Amino acid sequence: MFANPMILFIQVMNSLSLAMNLFIIAAGLTLIFGVLRIVNFAHGAFYMVGAYVALSILRVTGDSNLGFLLGVLGAGALMGAMAFVVERGLLSRLYDKEHMLQLLFTFALVLVIKDLVKMIWGSGQYSIGAPPFLRGAVNLGISPYPKYALFLCVMGPIIAVAIWFFMERTRWGRILRAAREDRVMLNALGTDVKLVYSGVFVTGAALAAMGGALAAPRSAVDPGMDSLVIIDAFIIVIIGGLGSLLGSFVGALILGFLTVMGSIYLKEWVIVASYVMMVVILLVRPWGLFGKADEERH
Amino acid sequence: MTSRPQLIFLACLFLALLAVPFLGSRYLTELAVQVMIFSLLALSLNILVGHIGLVSFGHAAFFAIGGYATAFFLTRWQLPLAAAMPMAVLLAAAFALVIGVLCVRLKAIYFAMLTLAFSMLVWGIIIKWKPVTGGDDGFVGITLPGMLASPQSFYWFVLAVVGASTALMWLLSKSTMGQIFVAIRENETRASFLGVNVRQMQLIGFVLAALFAAIAGSLMAMYLRGMYPQSAFWTQSGHIVISVLLGGVHSFVGPILGASLLYLLEVTIHQYTQYWPLVMGLILLLVVLVLPEGLIELFRKLYARLGRK
Amino acid sequence: MAFLDVTNATKKFGGFIAINDVSFSVEKGARHAIIGPNGAGKTTLFNLISGLILPTTGSIALEGQRLSRMKPHEIVRIGMARSFQKVNVFPRKTAFENVQVALIANRKLQFNPFHAAAGLFGDEIMQLLEQVRLGGDSGRRAGELAHGKQKQLELAVALAAEPKILLLDEPTAGMSIAETLSSIALIRDIVQQRGITLLFTEHDMNVVFEIASTISVLHHGEIIATGLPHEVRANDDVQRIYLGRE
Repeated sequence: MFANPMILFIQVMNSLSLAMNLFIIAAGLTLIFGVLRIVNFAHGAFYMVGAYVALSILRVTGDSNLGFLLGVLGAGALMGAMAFVVERGLLSRLYDKEHMLQLLFTFALVLVIKDLVKMIWGSGQYSIGAPPFLRGAVNLGISPYPKYALFLCVMGPIIAVAIWFFMERTRWGRILRAAREDRVMLNALGTDVKLVYSGVFVTGAALAAMGGALAAPRSAVDPGMDSLVIIDAFIIVIIGGLGSLLGSFVGALILGFLTVMGSIYLKEWVIVASYVMMVVILLVRPWGLFGKADEERH
Repeated sequence: MTSRPQLIFLACLFLALLAVPFLGSRYLTELAVQVMIFSLLALSLNILVGHIGLVSFGHAAFFAIGGYATAFFLTRWQLPLAAAMPMAVLLAAAFALVIGVLCVRLKAIYFAMLTLAFSMLVWGIIIKWKPVTGGDDGFVGITLPGMLASPQSFYWFVLAVVGASTALMWLLSKSTMGQIFVAIRENETRASFLGVNVRQMQLIGFVLAALFAAIAGSLMAMYLRGMYPQSAFWTQSGHIVISVLLGGVHSFVGPILGASLLYLLEVTIHQYTQYWPLVMGLILLLVVLVLPEGLIELFRKLYARLGRK
Repeated sequence: MAFLDVTNATKKFGGFIAINDVSFSVEKGARHAIIGPNGAGKTTLFNLISGLILPTTGSIALEGQRLSRMKPHEIVRIGMARSFQKVNVFPRKTAFENVQVALIANRKLQFNPFHAAAGLFGDEIMQLLEQVRLGGDSGRRAGELAHGKQKQLELAVALAAEPKILLLDEPTAGMSIAETLSSIALIRDIVQQRGITLLFTEHDMNVVFEIASTISVLHHGEIIATGLPHEVRANDDVQRIYLGRE
């Protein structure tokens, strides 16, 4: 592979494209965990809903650039709205309960959402085409490369920078970081914690749904698409360090490269390789690459 | 819940199960076998969840390892059952020891996610290691020893194994070890300041839980005459957690109630709709939001009311 | 070498120095109080000594044995027990069971899955509970006991570990004046009777001067004075920054 720069280049691009696709999902997961301390099993289901909503919107608008844009934004908006209802109506009752109940709550969402998707859209497999302006390939000097995959490579960093900017440079970001450190203090500051929590859950869910819509042109849309994506997202946030945005970015890159490059050498065993890698990283750093170690020792 | 009503419940349950084969219904016998296996599986997880307070989302891995190993030893190596089953269970316990050492270093959510990841590793290996596991198609065509070939004799075998396992877990829950487990669940920091090596105890609990899960897996493989990769998938682990929670984690018999009810509901609802997961999801939402102590709480209240009269 | 030696202990949390180059010794049989205003670092110091957190630099030794590399459960095994400022019991267990688990751990019975626990150590447990005046509450769940009683239960649990040195973090926090007085008398009697060395933090000065044989004053993470009660009371620095007298 390394003898041929063109193939190497394509593999690198494929790795990046997959990594960025995964990052968009993992970012929402780690955001929700970072502030709410909840591991959202339903994140993959949100992602799946996003893909289906985009599919339906595209059916109405027809195959066009605007339709695709509306599909992605519509997926985010609709999922965000549903997440708001779920968070305010149900999840918020569990904030001061045991972690296990929160975990099982999101697991219940997985079961419910999966079947609702089957009821609405059926069990068949669909595909979405890339928007017209992103079809075909573009010549990158070394080799031509599909425009859509390149588009994903660009979207990842844009989203990463946007979240980073929001968290580090805005007033709301400061509040979120405070919420991560200390809920009680936040209350004392007079900021409405409820609003912060809703905002984070809704944003995370919308990110997942937009990730699903964006991923749709490069994979099939079917009711099983969530269950492995969520595991990939888990691997990313675990190796990156739960709650760390940078960690998720790096974790996504690692998993993306491992999956694409690994499949050349390991063939179908690559799926095992990603779990093995995670175990190795956790052996060295149990709290992940960019996570914080726990001070207390028992 | 105190010991006495639970013991009475277990004794009644055992007597009822003794009577099942004499009712003459093949369907009922098979149903009872599956309910027993799932109950054993839920009980095994409750050693972790209910006693030690660690929520594993990868418990299915040990169920699967027990099942696949039993299948392999019985069929490929042609070992007698008396060797195959203990070997399979010990193999799962050995896996649990290695996985557990890594997992118990992490707390709460991190523990749940790491166990989940390990179970997916096991799942990945099962899917890909076709020569041994049969891959996607599963391990089919297990040869059972002649003495277990009839549904009747198999039923007695399952009842004996599940009964003995349940008795052992009961003793465990009432033992000094069990008390320390509960202390760790209640207050990990305090327990370590009593001189308890919390990590070590968690590891012991992890291995014990895996051991009983492997027994359940072994029985399931023999019942199905095969073992399938889905048994190690993370959603399967989720189902076990749901059974435990549905029944109630703070009692011994809760998981039995939870697993039995969940399984019986599944069988019933499947007759009317393909959307069983939706129903299960709604039940879970209800339990989480309204009855976090599980079904056992209803019985406890009933018992308290009866006691007062 | 004293009984307990804290030598140049420093603890940093990120950029914040919670404990700064603290050194002091506790003599065998002493009743040593650590006093200081809120946020002085008393609880952090206790967490360092008991092994809950590691010092950034410096060392802590019990009878010459370095504790810095030991985990809390190992430190308990060589004779140090502690209580916590916030009540720290097993809430769903009864008072009886709370003491029982401490004894199970003390006798290393946690490795036996078949040793029935029901009623085990009954006499010993009742004796301990009666000593802390909880004889009548043995069957009640710890989480349902009044705050003061939970603190007493914590004391019984700590005693069950048969410590040579007992660390009590704010043993009278949240108690009424009457409760405080009786608790203090109780603690003093018990440590004297059992020959236990006592290291404690306390916000109530009356309590401190009532039972302490030695007092160290912690301020902004530094020990600014150590001495006999009357010496500390007379110390100018202490008067100024702690007792608030200019």
